[in-house]
Amino acid sequence: MIAVDFLLNIFSDHTVRVVALGAMILGVTAGCLGSFAVLRQQSLLGDAISHATLPGVALAFLITQNKSPIVLLMGAALSGWLGMALVMAITKMTRIKLDTALGMILSVFFGFGLVLLTIIQKLPTATKAGLNKFLFGNAATLLESDVITMSVLGLLAIFLVALFWKEFKILVFDYDFAQSLGLRVHFLDVFLTTLIVITIVIGLQMVGVVLMSAMLVAPAAAARQWTDHLGKMVFLSAVFGAGAGVAGAVTSSLVIHLPTGPTVVIYISFIVLVSLLFAPNRGLLWDWIRAQRGRREIQTTAMLKNMLLFSESQTNPFHPHDIAALRAIGKGALNKTMLELKKRGLVESFAGNRWALTQEGLKMAKHLMEKYEGHLNAYSSS
Amino acid sequence: MNTNPSTPAIEVTDLTVAYREKPVLWDVDFIAPKGVLLAIVGPNGAGKSTLIKTILGLIKPAAGQVLVFGERYKSYSRMIGYVPQRGTVDWDFPTNVLDVVLMGRYGHLGWIKRPGKEERKLAMECLEKVGMTDFIHRQISQLSGGQQQRVFIARAFIQDAPVYLMDEPFAGIDATTEKSIITLLRELKAKGKTVICVHHDLETLKEYFDWVMLLNVRSVALGKVDDVLNHENLRRAYGGRAAFLAGADKDKKK
Repeated sequence: MIAVDFLLNIFSDHTVRVVALGAMILGVTAGCLGSFAVLRQQSLLGDAISHATLPGVALAFLITQNKSPIVLLMGAALSGWLGMALVMAITKMTRIKLDTALGMILSVFFGFGLVLLTIIQKLPTATKAGLNKFLFGNAATLLESDVITMSVLGLLAIFLVALFWKEFKILVFDYDFAQSLGLRVHFLDVFLTTLIVITIVIGLQMVGVVLMSAMLVAPAAAARQWTDHLGKMVFLSAVFGAGAGVAGAVTSSLVIHLPTGPTVVIYISFIVLVSLLFAPNRGLLWDWIRAQRGRREIQTTAMLKNMLLFSESQTNPFHPHDIAALRAIGKGALNKTMLELKKRGLVESFAGNRWALTQEGLKMAKHLMEKYEGHLNAYSSS
Repeated sequence: MNTNPSTPAIEVTDLTVAYREKPVLWDVDFIAPKGVLLAIVGPNGAGKSTLIKTILGLIKPAAGQVLVFGERYKSYSRMIGYVPQRGTVDWDFPTNVLDVVLMGRYGHLGWIKRPGKEERKLAMECLEKVGMTDFIHRQISQLSGGQQQRVFIARAFIQDAPVYLMDEPFAGIDATTEKSIITLLRELKAKGKTVICVHHDLETLKEYFDWVMLLNVRSVALGKVDDVLNHENLRRAYGGRAAFLAGADKDKKK
């Protein structure tokens, strides 16, 4: 109840509602476009673009002496787009590889942006602009009009992804084949990347240039763990992005001087961690369980077969054998293996740590042996 | 489409392709008559994949021209079905077998339109031909190499093109799948389609294909396998390494 009251209280605050709505729009858009960036193995492209937007913000302010978000974000979009175009041109026209080009553009643009920011800070102008919020983001300074701008751009980007779903899917999966079908891949390539630039731009005020790429990459990486279906992945990624975005933005706008970008990253990192560990099929925990199960299966079948060979040398197939004799033929954790077999009712234990097959165990062992020989025959005859 | 039976399916003249200063294909002439199973063979770096990609229009040549059924097309999407090298895509992409095959229909569908019932029916027919109907909802990373190749071939089938270009369709698959794929290619040929494959195994060349092009940056020889596949041509295509290539010698001894 206390928690519900607390939440109701928070969201009755107008500023918090604005911030939460903005963060949700950002999370959904970034999750959606980020899925495509991750699947193209271009996670770092988002990082380079977002860092490349900084000089655009500073230049837009220097030139226009206007710090209205629309002007600054237009500058950001232009310089982000220029950074992206340069990366594409460098990889196409020189021998420099993609990761090097990304690293170069990222650091050169970001460094230039920082220089400009320092210059702006030393200006005698009364309005020191407060452009620093573009570094780490500040949700608390978000206005209603900003959220409206974000919503329009975000919904437009999502609408275009939905519209060109099939084209983007084949572009990302099989570029050459898409081109052989007569699709205009170069256009689609620039188009998709432009949508990623737009996504980054709408997140700048809130999350900042330094950590914006986490909004793109992390929700998508987490979502990929849970599903093998592109549509579901994009949807989940949008949900994760929105969740982490809202949680981070609200937390940071409640706590004074807490930058939004890093707070959002902490939330999304938690989602990624849980997904990496616990997602069915792809999660590490399930990998480990599968490996254990496989090993136990191998050990128990090997032991059953060996006990069958032993029992065939006896007149009574259910004659118990000493554990020492079994150890000579068994592998690995012998006690565990025997207990597992006993649990399944395939062996029984006698006084003095002696073990024998049960009726059921003998049947199973013979069945396994036949199957094994069947495989051998199949191999030798082919 | 030109219906004159003597017009070749593919005709390439004076084709030169260069990455930077080094030519990958130099003044290559190439003809694939209608309805043949043609193999393009040659050493690594001979430009085999480049030739296929240039014919498809994926690479812009420095010089030369490509005619399909005697005509130039801006896009060959309806003319040529393509099977790229299996290793060129990320098989961990979140999609399933049916979806990949449907992609072969994207060119016919045009912008924005999504595949529907009709396309799904076609896809099932193509998956039936390659024996993959049990796997339609399987995530593609959970397929064996041979199954992945068969999915790619089904995707080319659904394109329903008169010419097929395949880049190493037999690479990295087991003998059984190789046999089933060559059966499929023969069926295509029986329907009058032209099939051109980049191939690596000189041993199976005679058994699988009826035409062959020997390529090593320049065109070394082109014609019916029996006429072209001899020691002299192989040496010209493969250089000194031809001594290790038993294929042609064995036939001589027979």
